[in-house]
Amino acid sequence: MAVVAGLGPRLDRERFQWSSLAMLTPALALLGLLFVFPVLYAGYLGFTNLALVGARSRDYSFTGLDNVVRMLGDYVFVKSAWLTLIFVVGSAIVGQSVLGMALALLLRNAVVPIRLIVGSIVIVAWVLPEITVALVWYAFSQAGGTLSILLRHSDTNFLVVVPMLIVSLANLWRNVAFSMLVFSAGLRNLPTEVLEAAEVEGASVWRRYRQVILPLLKPTILTNLLLVTILNLSEFTLIYAMTQGGPGIETMTLPLYVYQEAFVFHQLGYGTAISLVLVLIGAVFSLLFVRAARSQA
Amino acid sequence: MSAVQAKRMRADPSLIVVPYRRVSVAALATNVVLVLLGCFFVLPMLWMIFASLDANPDWAIKLPSLTLTNFADVIGTAGALSSFRSSLILAGATTVITTVLAVLAAYPLSRMHIPFKRGFMLAILFASGLPVSMLVVPVYQLYVYLGWLDSLYTTALFLAASSLPFAIWLMKNFIDAVPAELEHAAAIDGAGTVRILRQVVLPLTVPGIAVTAIYTFINAWGAFIIPFVLNSNPDDQPGPVEIYNFMGSHGLFKFGDLAVFSLLFSLPVIVLYLFMSRYFSGAFSFSGAVRG
Repeated sequence: MAVVAGLGPRLDRERFQWSSLAMLTPALALLGLLFVFPVLYAGYLGFTNLALVGARSRDYSFTGLDNVVRMLGDYVFVKSAWLTLIFVVGSAIVGQSVLGMALALLLRNAVVPIRLIVGSIVIVAWVLPEITVALVWYAFSQAGGTLSILLRHSDTNFLVVVPMLIVSLANLWRNVAFSMLVFSAGLRNLPTEVLEAAEVEGASVWRRYRQVILPLLKPTILTNLLLVTILNLSEFTLIYAMTQGGPGIETMTLPLYVYQEAFVFHQLGYGTAISLVLVLIGAVFSLLFVRAARSQA
Repeated sequence: MSAVQAKRMRADPSLIVVPYRRVSVAALATNVVLVLLGCFFVLPMLWMIFASLDANPDWAIKLPSLTLTNFADVIGTAGALSSFRSSLILAGATTVITTVLAVLAAYPLSRMHIPFKRGFMLAILFASGLPVSMLVVPVYQLYVYLGWLDSLYTTALFLAASSLPFAIWLMKNFIDAVPAELEHAAAIDGAGTVRILRQVVLPLTVPGIAVTAIYTFINAWGAFIIPFVLNSNPDDQPGPVEIYNFMGSHGLFKFGDLAVFSLLFSLPVIVLYLFMSRYFSGAFSFSGAVRG
């Protein structure tokens, strides 16, 4: 288009057009006010003693590394960070990736009706609102619920006995469709000649998978790991609606602890500082995956 | 398929079930494992459906003694209806704002020369990965300052801002996939930018716009923490917050109503997903996206 925009100077190079700025402005304005500014503001609030109510809600000040020192001595924070790692590694990185890959591979080789039905059910679980998933898993894991009857312990409330395991399973149940779709698309895009060649050469199923499919899928796997980590790290609704972080603090992952400190204990400054740690953890994971992707490219 | 094989198939009924493949142990195992996994996924959902139709539901899945009173109960309460209305306003406003701004922003990002475009797109991708928990405190403070708390529309504005980065990224990919020749032709014929956008680009990107809008709507429909924190007006709580409150207040003895409420609340997004699933699978092939 730049070519016909005018018969003035050079026509062989694209130039900046003011109309592009006009089209970008509304999005930039909204993102500036309610995204960029809050991010920068969070970077400041995390180092203050701002409170939700009382004197500190108006008269707060910069307190340097006080919040960081407080965190290191706060056993709830340490436990919370540990639970977050268990949740992300167990439910997301291992659970969703392995089950997602298994589903993608199995569905490829299943008969059509089973493929359609099972594939749709897994996707419906993903599309359901989180609050619904929280409710059905709450029901599933209660004493007298379906799980307890299946395991023949009908007076055991599994959400109290093994709370972290249940919320991780519920989260796996809800989110595995994402990895399944990513891997299915990755498998569809593999060059068929290579797969056929391996089959003709008589490689076993396992060997074909280990030595042909897996290496070819490596970029897809790394992208999936990155996205799944980022998406699950900030999981709040599902866990909060099922347990509110309890019993005790047994499922108090960092997003729940941020909410509790900020809006239940009214410590907005300290809560924000904890959320910055969450961002830091996300950044470390992202860096690891991007590095792994670069090194093999 | 050879004639001999075809003949054998007709002769042996067991082969007709899977006509294109010989039944092997591996194939059988694949299907059996999938059916078991399918049960794991369907069981929790089944509770919701059975309990909603049951006169005496409890936490376990059991065949219901059929009744529609649960449905009548929920549809009769003012709280359920008003929460549907609130969710519709919240998710509707979010979707309109996000989609319009995303289309407007994605077009120049896809087609025009903009300085630092690559850096901008990376920042957008990075932004869509930031946790909402980080934004919620500063945004709360900002809303206190602006007097924006307790309104569905201002809450929708923040939901829109938080879903905008991903929507722009998605929309840009859709526009990238449309060949630019038609726009060049229109430009040569003297059409201005606005006209090209309206008469050439928009009609060609309708599927992409639909996917972006539906994706945004599904997320906003289920949004919990943002309305939970920013909107405490008890008269217009959206569905998720209402269901959460219901679970806490009398969920422990009104299983049936709870099941109906969440079932009805889930239906719209399932229907919407079915509409867009046709276009959606393509959005998941981003094998090389992490590579720098």
